[in-house]
Amino acid sequence: MKETNVKTLLMTIVFVLVIGPSFPVFAESADSEESVIESIDIGELKQGLDTVWVLIGAFLVFFMQAGFGMVEAGFIRAKNACNILTKNFLDFCMASLGFFLIGYGLMFGDGNTFIGLKGWCLLGLEPIKSGLPLYAFWLFQAAFCGAAATIVAGGMAERMKFHAYLIYSFLISALVYPIVGHWVWGEGWLYNMGFADFAGSTVVHTVGGFAALVGTCMLKPREGKYGLDGKPNVLTGHNIPLASLGVFILWFGWFGFNAGSTLGVTGGASIGRVAINTNLAAAMGGIAAMITVWKRFGKPDLSMAMNGALAGLVGITAPCAYVDPWAAVVIGIISGYLVVRGVELLDRLLIDDPVGAFPVHGICGVWGTLSVGIFGRQALGLANNGLVYSGNPMQLGIQLVGSVCAVVFVLVSMGIVFKLIDLTVGLRVSREEELRGLDIGEHGMEAYGGFQIFSTS
Amino acid sequence: MKLITAYIQPHKLHDVKKALYKNEVYKISVTNALGCGEQKGYHESYRGVQFEVNLLKKVRLEIAVNENFVEKTINAIIEGAKTGQIGDGKIFVVDLDKCIRIRTGERGGKAIG
Repeated sequence: MKETNVKTLLMTIVFVLVIGPSFPVFAESADSEESVIESIDIGELKQGLDTVWVLIGAFLVFFMQAGFGMVEAGFIRAKNACNILTKNFLDFCMASLGFFLIGYGLMFGDGNTFIGLKGWCLLGLEPIKSGLPLYAFWLFQAAFCGAAATIVAGGMAERMKFHAYLIYSFLISALVYPIVGHWVWGEGWLYNMGFADFAGSTVVHTVGGFAALVGTCMLKPREGKYGLDGKPNVLTGHNIPLASLGVFILWFGWFGFNAGSTLGVTGGASIGRVAINTNLAAAMGGIAAMITVWKRFGKPDLSMAMNGALAGLVGITAPCAYVDPWAAVVIGIISGYLVVRGVELLDRLLIDDPVGAFPVHGICGVWGTLSVGIFGRQALGLANNGLVYSGNPMQLGIQLVGSVCAVVFVLVSMGIVFKLIDLTVGLRVSREEELRGLDIGEHGMEAYGGFQIFSTS
Repeated sequence: MKLITAYIQPHKLHDVKKALYKNEVYKISVTNALGCGEQKGYHESYRGVQFEVNLLKKVRLEIAVNENFVEKTINAIIEGAKTGQIGDGKIFVVDLDKCIRIRTGERGGKAIG
């Protein structure tokens, strides 16, 4: 009884203090408020909302850079942690520059169906692009470009020269990434063919993953990775908690990566679908990779389970807007399985990819692209229904052509880029420097200053 | 019986282990050590400021061997650790009085091998 009295009293006070005074004001301002609402242009309001949404996406994708940095640093040895973080930091800087100077023009400028030829330094372009202010659109795309560039750092970790990396990161973000991007998102020939890659399984991940594969093949394995008999040795990552944090940051950022790629809010149905699909695929990728590694090697290896979640995310990136949640579950499971087998395959081929950049981004990038042709639905904006709905392999064929062309282009162009760097400044550090660690050799400072790292490998 | 103690560059540990293994020396203890010798130290820089690091990181190996393994072990350590530059390290060899395997109570050469 007493409590009710107190409640009533409190509510009365709140009412009098907060709402009471506004009544006379409300009565007076009713006319002026109506005119404010009338003067708001719905188109402008929509564009404002869309801009905020896409910029939130851009900021989240930017934050993925931190995720990549933590994953890569955690999965390698302490003596190279400072080096990989410097590469990770600088490649976003280089990508911002390269994508501003020529990258954007090649990707989205008017030109032919192979490359864009307008908009160097963003000059001479329309102020509105895809219903968004040009600068907001650029920032979103630049963050994607940085993601493609930074994938490679992990694959080539612990042995690549720092200035070679700087040159590489400028070239991939100014030339290689934008050209593939133009084919798919800049109304290029793949787009005209009906090829669909919603948020970048091909444009970002296949490009980054296969560039990492070329690079790591050309660098040769790290010292001590494979014995004379070809048996792989374990060069354990030095900080699993750091890698784990990185995976969560990436997962978090991926909501911006995929859901932001709608380039607008438009009622919310589309971003809701993309967000749930993204989450389900990541979760299923984690579960599938954990089960696969558990069955094959007897223990639920955390580093592999985390790679599985990333694989699920890469897999769902292309189809996230075109499929139903049940398909996202299937796509995630297959991604998680593929990544474990991919890591094993690389070890059998004596290709040393310290963080699994190729299995995660390359293999699952291709799988994600193909899955659009299997599970995609015409009702959700695809050119044709996928294989499971129509029994017609048309869309799958288109996806396959697009994926293969992107892979071939990346293999050739990045092969040339890395070869040129190798012939001029050199790709790999000396054996002495590699043994001692790139932190001291390249930067003269350590990631864990004052600690003595005791390494048994 | 001899006790061989060697101080080597940490990053050469892997090579030394390989060389020892090749020469059938499988038993080894390894500890972290700090020290300075001819190398005197080096400069690191942190945020633009140079500073001298004069106690360098080294790795200490301890290997107890029977007489017929002494030269083999020494040569293997040199093979693995030598770069020809100052800082490669040193090897000390001292007589070993006794050696007892805790598990079995074996003594002397048997306990070492």
